[in-house]
Amino acid sequence: MTDQVPAAENLSPTDEALSVLQNQFPNAVRRDDRDGYSGIVVDPARLVEVATYARDSLGYDYLSSATAVDYLGKGDHLEMVYHAYRTTGGAALVIKAQTDREAATLPSLTPVWPGANFQEREAYDLMGIRFEGHPNLKRILLWEGFHGHPLRKDWKEPYYEQEQKPFDSRWPNGRVVRSEEHNPYGKNVQYPDDFDLDGYTSPAEAAVYEEMNLGVDIRSDLATERMVVSLGPQHPSTHGVFRMVAQINGETIQQLEPVMGYLHRNHEQIGERNTFLQNMPFTDRLDYFCSLSNNLGYAIAVEQLMSLGARYQPPTYRAEVLRVLMAELTRIVNHMVAIGFLLNDLGAFFTPMMYAMIERELILDFFEAVTGSRMMCNYMRFGGTAMDLPERIRGEANLVNDRVRDFNTMEFLRELILERLPRAVDQINEYLTTSEIVTNRCIGVGVLPRADAIALSTAGPVLRASGVAYDVRRAEPYSIYPELEFDVVVRDHGDIYDRYLVRIEEMIESLKILRQILPKLEETQGQPFFAGRGGIYSPRVPAGESYGRVENPKGELGFYIVSDGGQNPWRYHVRAPSFINLTALERMSKGYKIADAVGILGSIDIVLGEVDR
Amino acid sequence: MTDNGKDFLRELHDPEAPVPPELQSSVAVTSFGRLLSTVYNWGRRNSIWPMAFGLACCAIEMIATAASRFDQSRFGMEVIRASPRQADLMIISGTVTKKMVVPIVRLYNQMAEPKYVLAMGACAIGGGPFKEGYNVVSGIDKYLPVDVYVPGCPPTPQALLYGFIALQKKIDQQMLTNPNSVPWYGRGPSEAVPLPILGPDVIDPRQAHMLRRRAGAAGQEAAASPAAESDLEAEA
Repeated sequence: MTDQVPAAENLSPTDEALSVLQNQFPNAVRRDDRDGYSGIVVDPARLVEVATYARDSLGYDYLSSATAVDYLGKGDHLEMVYHAYRTTGGAALVIKAQTDREAATLPSLTPVWPGANFQEREAYDLMGIRFEGHPNLKRILLWEGFHGHPLRKDWKEPYYEQEQKPFDSRWPNGRVVRSEEHNPYGKNVQYPDDFDLDGYTSPAEAAVYEEMNLGVDIRSDLATERMVVSLGPQHPSTHGVFRMVAQINGETIQQLEPVMGYLHRNHEQIGERNTFLQNMPFTDRLDYFCSLSNNLGYAIAVEQLMSLGARYQPPTYRAEVLRVLMAELTRIVNHMVAIGFLLNDLGAFFTPMMYAMIERELILDFFEAVTGSRMMCNYMRFGGTAMDLPERIRGEANLVNDRVRDFNTMEFLRELILERLPRAVDQINEYLTTSEIVTNRCIGVGVLPRADAIALSTAGPVLRASGVAYDVRRAEPYSIYPELEFDVVVRDHGDIYDRYLVRIEEMIESLKILRQILPKLEETQGQPFFAGRGGIYSPRVPAGESYGRVENPKGELGFYIVSDGGQNPWRYHVRAPSFINLTALERMSKGYKIADAVGILGSIDIVLGEVDR
Repeated sequence: MTDNGKDFLRELHDPEAPVPPELQSSVAVTSFGRLLSTVYNWGRRNSIWPMAFGLACCAIEMIATAASRFDQSRFGMEVIRASPRQADLMIISGTVTKKMVVPIVRLYNQMAEPKYVLAMGACAIGGGPFKEGYNVVSGIDKYLPVDVYVPGCPPTPQALLYGFIALQKKIDQQMLTNPNSVPWYGRGPSEAVPLPILGPDVIDPRQAHMLRRRAGAAGQEAAASPAAESDLEAEA
């Protein structure tokens, strides 16, 4: 379908799509002309038509992000924002639809882009927009029965102090009082005025099993029975507090529904109270294996917004080199651990994991020496990085054979990148790739066809293992990736084995990038790692919106940020790859055995901090 | 046993029945209860089986602690069990959300005694950076008794190991002869922690009377919560 797309290099995709769409749908489509905004605003009544046309005729076949914004006091409407891309690369077509705050209803776009499924449920859960035609519209992150829709601007959390940080109670006078002391229950709770506990039964659990035909159903003519099982949230193979409710017939999965929200810790709502820079450490805790590449995604999103204003200085070259160095090392950490976890799920309990953890520890030593923290690095800043590489890596806490570590940083990196990591990747490749455990349980299991992979908005290794050569580093390049030489790894079968192989090969590609980074690091030594004067604590972020995305190890990580020109983001949305990749879990698992579901989940490589946010 | 045999013997001495100094090298046991407790605790402290139970970021550092570099099996804790029935130690490794606190309390109730809880990281201790979030429980000790707190965000593996050692020291102090030292040495089964309910917000059944009282005095309640807010505003 993408062959018919007219090549329009000089026109921006929005301009081109806008003119086409305006001809096609007069009166229903208009340009979003607010300052700093882009895209088109579509009449809700014709939203499905316009989206179908954009997908089929304009080639925007990949819905990256769908999220809602509450413009309370700024027009008093709720706005749904869709970012659609072409899988051949290029910039986004941003489609918006507005609805009244009171009776918020929009047509569901799941028939057009099935990948909107969970994202629309999230918008319903947190913003209270009802989607007509959605197949399964119920709360996703919170539980059924929760009061209110917390991301609405007029909803206040129990510990509410002020709209925006810094709170007066903490700064400048700093008389901090424990929030519990203000709450009549001494806890982080609040109840609606008319709530009566007597005779109350919680609808939370029942809603999970809705439409699942709970119970056991044995038919005399069948040798097997149909039943509903719940895996998790405490289950050794669900990678954290994830839960799957599956309807199985015998051992075969007929229906599977991911249940999440057990780690929903309100990144977005807290992010909207925080100042822009205060969000940086919170991004560390999204995908906690890849804190550095999360930092990068957020920095890019805010820098995009800052670039609209005056006096913006882009990051220095040294900063970009450092960023890519960190992002690619993170990719290796993540893929190592992902493969270790996958093998755990496949039955090689913890032995490959131990090998993966050794390499992770070495890279973490480097992160700790540079950023000060093993996992939560908080390293990127708007316009550069927080600090440069140290001269030497040393630390008494990290004893190797009881010797105090003391290395020259560049020597340490050179050994790590040129010798240690290639050897480790080879070792994993050699022992696992042809192992019988891996091949028997992975080949031909959990197949996700190419068309479904695109339609369900999967990203990262899951998408590329299904034969789609889509990598944000190439499709919409950022940082210094255009001048680096590497291949986008693609595999065609879309099964667990291919997803595993994609990860192995991506590690090899990352090492290739890192080898090109090493000389750049030496060339740029001593150059500034921060644009401008450095130490900007309150960046000037002009009003507008931006969607910054990076190719995280787990897939495309996007940050949708709306600024009203103040010190805090008006809307801070995270397009989390793990969350959206889970949309495809049911499609992958249907028809396979319940034991395979565990391996399939492992091959998607989710991390709950990012799924639930 | 402890490295120094003499120290170990001295532990067995009952301070209420002191051994004369000239007999200290030959008389070991003056109290059967103390001997039994020491042997019990010795076995228990060196075979704490944690539950395979990861909540968030801290769980990754917990795995790193179990992996070869930090090697928690040095403390007899490498047997990580997936079932609460076989586990002695629950490491609350991450943010406790309102949705998750129900399964956590249920798992705690399912654990066989003696059982210990270690709150790992800022979130499990008091909500951490996510404390103000609407779905976050301000520390697991609002629901469960916690034995050891390990601060950090996340705590390094070294810190977690230090927490394990602290727990071992705590176990050393328990006495079979003192039914009040720990619940499981008392008479009869100990009470289960009531399961929270997911209502309009999470409900702790132990606070049900407060909710009822509030519903009963509908007018007063309206005055109570804005009052708290206006306090805040006054301070602000």
